[in-house]
Amino acid sequence: MSARPAVAAQVVNRWLRADGTLDVALLRGQFPILQRQVNGRPLVYLDSAASAQMPLPVLAAVDHYHRELHSNVHRGVHTLSQQATAAFEGSREKVRAFINARSVREIVFVRGTTEAINLVAQSWGRQNLRAGDEILITHLEHHANIVPWQLLCQTAGARLVAAPLNARGEVELEALQKLISARTRLIAVAHVSNALGTVLPVRDIVQLAHARGIPVLLDGAQAIAHEAVDVQALDCDFYAFSGHKLYGPTGIGVLYAREALLRQMPPWQAGGDMILTVSIDRSTWNDLPWKFEAGTPNISGAIGLGAAIDFVESVGRPVIAAHERALAVRASAQLQELPGLRLIGTAQHKAAVVSFTMDGIHPHDIGTILDTEAVAIRTGHHCAMPVMEYYNLPATARASFGCYNSASDVERLIAAVARVREVFN
Amino acid sequence: MDLRDLYREVILDHNRSPRNFGRLEPADATAAGHNPLCGDKLNVTLRLDGDRLGDVRFDGQGCAISVASASLMTEAVKGKKLADVEQLYREVHALLTDQNYTPPTDLGKLMALGGVREFPVRVKCASLCWHTLHAALESGRNAASAKVSTE
Repeated sequence: MSARPAVAAQVVNRWLRADGTLDVALLRGQFPILQRQVNGRPLVYLDSAASAQMPLPVLAAVDHYHRELHSNVHRGVHTLSQQATAAFEGSREKVRAFINARSVREIVFVRGTTEAINLVAQSWGRQNLRAGDEILITHLEHHANIVPWQLLCQTAGARLVAAPLNARGEVELEALQKLISARTRLIAVAHVSNALGTVLPVRDIVQLAHARGIPVLLDGAQAIAHEAVDVQALDCDFYAFSGHKLYGPTGIGVLYAREALLRQMPPWQAGGDMILTVSIDRSTWNDLPWKFEAGTPNISGAIGLGAAIDFVESVGRPVIAAHERALAVRASAQLQELPGLRLIGTAQHKAAVVSFTMDGIHPHDIGTILDTEAVAIRTGHHCAMPVMEYYNLPATARASFGCYNSASDVERLIAAVARVREVFN
Repeated sequence: MDLRDLYREVILDHNRSPRNFGRLEPADATAAGHNPLCGDKLNVTLRLDGDRLGDVRFDGQGCAISVASASLMTEAVKGKKLADVEQLYREVHALLTDQNYTPPTDLGKLMALGGVREFPVRVKCASLCWHTLHAALESGRNAASAKVSTE
C-alpha cells in the first residue's frame, strides 16, 4: 500500500485566506443545501453532530456512479462492474490512508457506526465472552455503544460495567481504572461524546487496557470529522465511524479492526461476496475484509465517502477543528450570559458541541422556536439516555458545528435563543 | 408557520400553572405515557363516579405543549360522562391531526390546541395525555394499569 503522499504539506490549501484562516464563505459555496431557506429565512445548520451536510464533490461522485458506473462490484467481467469495483475499492484505500491503518484488509465497510459495533459484539464478542466476563463502557456512551453489548451480555451471561462521569462530563482515568477487573474482556468507549462534546483520553485508556491485555473499541462517530484519527498512533483494536458525520452519505460506515483480530473472528452476516466456495455442506470464507461484507454493499455510499475524505483532507482536519472549536467557544460564552441558561458538559477538552438547557423551558420548545427562526439544532436525549439520567434532565438542546458554520451562524443562534425567552415571557 | 399559533396565551398559561397536577391516591385507574422522541413522561390517575369521570389528575415532565395539553384535558373531562370523554378524545385527535377538521361543537379552551397541526412533529406532544387518559379508562375497564407510548 502506498504511504501518505510526502508532498501534501507543499500543496496550497485553496480554502485558506492569505492570513491562514478558513475562508468560510468560499467553503459554504460547496454546500448547496446551505443556500436553501427555511420558514422564509436562510438556513442556519447547527446539527452536524447528527448528520453533516454533503459538499458538491460528494454529490458529484455519487451522481457520477449512478449515471456512469452503476453495476455490481466484485462480480462482473464487464467494464461497468470493473470500474465500479475500482471506485469502490479505491474508496477503501482512501479510508485506510485517512485513518492510517496498515492495510485495506483492516477496513470493513458497514452501514454506519451502529452496525460496526454490532459486528464486533456479535462476531468477536460471541467468540470471546464467557459467563461472568465483563465489558467496560462509560456513562456517556451513545446507545449504539451500550445496547449491542447488553444483547451480547444477555447471551453470554456477561456483565456490562459503566465508568462514571464527573460534574463537567469527563471520564476520569482513575475512575475507569478502578472498574477494570480480572474479568474485563473489552473496553468500549466513545472517542468524543455526542451529547456533551467531551473528548475522552482514549490514548491513555488504550495504554491502560493494553497493559492488562484488554482490547479497546473506540466509537469514533463524533471524532472522525473533527480530529486527526490515526489508528496506529491510538493503538486501538477497533475503531468505528459513519460516513454521514464526515460530510459523506448516510448508510455507509467503517469498522477498522486489527488484521489479527479480523482473521480470528467468525463471519457475522453470511451470503454472497463473503465466501470463496459454497457447497450444500460447508463453505469457505473470502479474504479480508470481504469476509465481513455479505451481500451487495452500499457502493455509491462508499464512493461518496471516498469523495468526502478527499474533501476533508483538502481543507485539513486541524484547520476544521480549530475553526469549529472557535465557534463553539464563542457560542458557549454568549449563551452563558443569557439568564437561566445552563451549559451541560463543560469538559476541558471538548469538541464543537454545545448542549444547554433553559430554566422552565423544555428543550423541545426551544427546538421548535429555533426552527421557526431557521436555526436547526437537535433536542432530546441524543440517544444517550444514561447521560440525561446522570444530569437528571429529560433532554437538552444541542448546537453542533461543522466546517461550514460561520460567526454569523453563532449570532443567529444567540438571537433565536433570546427569542425563546420572549415567547415564554 | 406562526409561533403564536402554537404558543397561544392559554397554552403558556397552562404550562406555567398546570391545573389538576398531581396524583389521586387511591385511584380507580392509572396509566403512564411516554414519548421517547423528546423524553416526555406523563402519569394520569383517575376516579370514577358511576358512569362519569369523577376526578382526574396528571403529573410528569414534558414540553410546554405536552404540559398545557394535559392540563387543559383534565379541566375538560372532569365530571363528564365516560361516553362523552371518549367522544372528546376522538374530536381532539382529529383537531390535532386533520387540517380540515372543524369540531361539531366549540371545544372551548381546547381549541387553543388547533395550532399544533401546523407543527407535525409536535402533534405527539399534545396527544400523549389523551392517549394516556384513554389507556387509563381502558385499564379501568380491565382493572389493570397501563402503559402507552406515542412511538
